[in-house]
Amino acid sequence: MKDTGRINNPYNEDKVIDACSLFGMMNLEGKRFSSRDPVKAISNMHERGNGLGGGYAVYGLYPEYKDDYAFHIMYLSKEAKEKTDKLLNENFDIIHNEEMPTRESDVWNPPLVWRYFVQPGRKKPKNQPADDYVIENVTRINTETGKAFVFSSGKNMGVFKGVGFPEDIAEYFCLEEYQGYIWVCHGRFPTNTPGWWGGAHPFNILDWTVVHNGELSSYGINRRYLEMYGYKCTMQTDTEVLAYAFDLLMRRQGLLIEIVSQILAPPFWNEIDTLRPEHGQVLRALRQTYGSLLMNGPFSVIVAHHGEMIGLTDRIKLRPLAAGIRGDFLYLSSEEAAIRLVSPVLDKSWNPGGGEPVVGRLGSRRVISVLTLGVIGR
Amino acid sequence: MKSYLSPEYMVERDQDQCIRCKVCVNQCTYETHYYDAEDDAVYSRDENCTNCQRCVVFCPTHAITIKKNQNTYRENVNWTYEAITAIKKQAETGGVIITGMGCDKPYLTYWDKLLLNASQVTNPSIDPLREPMEIRTYLGAKPDKLELEIEEGDIVLKTELAPQLCIETPILFSAISYGAVSLNVHESLARAATESGTLFNTGEGGLDPMLYKYGDHTIVQVASGRFGVHPDYLHIAAAIEIKIGQGAKPGIGGHLPGMKVSEDIARTRMIPMGTDALSPAPQHDIYSIEDLRQLIYALKEATDYTKPISVKIAAVHNSAAIASGMVRAGADIIALDGVRGATGAAPKIIRDNVGIPIELALASVDQRLREEGIRNRASIIAGGGFRSSADVVKAIALGADAVYIGTAALIAMGCTVCQKCYLGKCPWGIATTDPWISKRINPDIASKRLVNLLRGWGMEIKEMMGGMGINAIESLRGNRLHLRGVGLTDTELRILGVRMAGD
Repeated sequence: MKDTGRINNPYNEDKVIDACSLFGMMNLEGKRFSSRDPVKAISNMHERGNGLGGGYAVYGLYPEYKDDYAFHIMYLSKEAKEKTDKLLNENFDIIHNEEMPTRESDVWNPPLVWRYFVQPGRKKPKNQPADDYVIENVTRINTETGKAFVFSSGKNMGVFKGVGFPEDIAEYFCLEEYQGYIWVCHGRFPTNTPGWWGGAHPFNILDWTVVHNGELSSYGINRRYLEMYGYKCTMQTDTEVLAYAFDLLMRRQGLLIEIVSQILAPPFWNEIDTLRPEHGQVLRALRQTYGSLLMNGPFSVIVAHHGEMIGLTDRIKLRPLAAGIRGDFLYLSSEEAAIRLVSPVLDKSWNPGGGEPVVGRLGSRRVISVLTLGVIGR
Repeated sequence: MKSYLSPEYMVERDQDQCIRCKVCVNQCTYETHYYDAEDDAVYSRDENCTNCQRCVVFCPTHAITIKKNQNTYRENVNWTYEAITAIKKQAETGGVIITGMGCDKPYLTYWDKLLLNASQVTNPSIDPLREPMEIRTYLGAKPDKLELEIEEGDIVLKTELAPQLCIETPILFSAISYGAVSLNVHESLARAATESGTLFNTGEGGLDPMLYKYGDHTIVQVASGRFGVHPDYLHIAAAIEIKIGQGAKPGIGGHLPGMKVSEDIARTRMIPMGTDALSPAPQHDIYSIEDLRQLIYALKEATDYTKPISVKIAAVHNSAAIASGMVRAGADIIALDGVRGATGAAPKIIRDNVGIPIELALASVDQRLREEGIRNRASIIAGGGFRSSADVVKAIALGADAVYIGTAALIAMGCTVCQKCYLGKCPWGIATTDPWISKRINPDIASKRLVNLLRGWGMEIKEMMGGMGINAIESLRGNRLHLRGVGLTDTELRILGVRMAGD
């Protein structure tokens, strides 16, 4: 079935099962802020992790290189770096590259991490969009070079992650040095893996990141469906499947998150049957067409890309998600207590229903909750 | 010529318990039992008995037991009782040995080597008695993507979907033709399908106009004999199925003997009364895949593109490539019938030796369509010997959208799989068109039994899904990670796309 020899995952992890803590914080006006509050909040949910994975995605991270793709790459061997450097040099113009600044902290067996700011090189076919070219090369590095793993590849954003508690990962990567207008944080509790650095969240491709808590009972078919569209699920994690689903539906098919949430966590048939016919028709067609992408089983997820931070749970809300707003800040968290810790007073706080997306959009103070656009399923 | 065959079954009657009520005499359509007035006793002609159990069930005092004839040939692994009797039969008749129902040989039933998953700790199982559990299924071609536009704040669907069949349970009644069975059986299937929110399949013998009112729950079949195919027949249906092959007899046609072609059946099949109804082995307008495309589109044109077109094939060695061609030819549904699929009559040698198990065909077809990126373009219905809701769940996890049940439905109505359907004298009133015998099927009761079966299986499917932490059947469909194999070789596991238990 799967060719594990081609996967840069030293533990040959199978479908990874984990439980987790999630935290997301966004300034809706795009003002950048430090790691202080996000790290404090995710650290407060220490009990939800077991020290086998923590990570962060930061948007607005590299304003000085904002038009360049920022690759964060982990290497498990020198040869892997040599091979990867060769591939990068052949296919990209490297604007700048350096070893990732780190410091001693209580993390487990850190790999060499390097960052590159690049532009697609002359080899890019003229008619191929730059994003697709980047995805293709990232996939190549992750499947062909052996022991090298690109874990961040967007512009003006970056992912930091590894094996340790989130607070130790923050310490290790010197996150207090950075600022961003969205911080998405993750603490992990994997049950069946010694934890490898690439397996920590956030999961990233281009500027899309996903942090996820849960286990998808539908993983087998979600994955087989995505494979029909050319996705290679190299990491065998539920999170990867979620990330690719967002990529297929939002980036490639251009569907709005309000629609995508109806695909990943759709209403029940008996709810659809009672809607106005024109709305029922839309939701019925979505389930008929995209049924294999229904994410069944417990999940809560925070998805981000430039300009948007989205929270979503499965349709019967088997994993927690709390939301809060204070001024220009939108907070999403596995636990409300973590939000209250950094912002004791909130203008609004609520627990979104199952399958009900919470969407923060840059430049808009109106946070979308419950389903809009006339298709209100529940 | 004296027959050298001995009775297969022996009737044992406890004369102390027998009250000479003659129920057995009246019930046995093979005239196995007879009453001797002089002796005031009931006796048996053992050689007539098919072990259908009709007399046993209806004997008010439980006086009857049917036993396999203990008197048999010398044991021999090669020259079995079955092999020897077959040769004797043919030596006496010079004919082809005909049989009924599905293959009874011990080819591996892969369902029995596949085990299902359940949630423990890391994700919760779901209790279907307390929470929604959805098994509704839509059959038909699906697009790869939907175009949606926002007009005045409302989402408007721009993509027009191909016609879809809504079934409330992923189980349909398989094709069973009028002529092979009586009108009462057809009516029972139609009513049960309607009540259960699913579909029954007419088979190749047309449909009596009395049953047109159940058209929304009817798949009408167009087979090589074109029996009973006319505009009304197509128009009242929910879907049309082109029958290329059947699991019980891949590669050959059908033969309804003239004695079963009564006035009603002659009218429905549109043939003269008393003539043999012969279905040719191939469809004579389909000698290749492009011909199939023409028939599919002829039927779509005839019905204004309002109904899905299913194409049914027997599971054979290269089903995957054939199915791919069928999808590209425009089939909205692929019906696969495995080697254990049943029939009213087929040469025994074909039934028992041609075709492949549905599990392997289904797995390879689903996988091939995915590899070619066309799995969305057709639904798959698997058939051929499904015995329980667990078989159904395993088939869906392997990749089926739904399953056809034929034998199980007949068993629900009374059938005991005695394999003598071809005699036309089914003591249970099923595989017969004799007006006197077919009265034994009361559609009120038989449809209730069918509805009960579907309800029971539906509840069991929900229990199994809930255990896996899945509350919509589309999350089970093709989800082979919920299956694990036991006692299978690496090659079998590879073809099934399933991992070994414990892995």
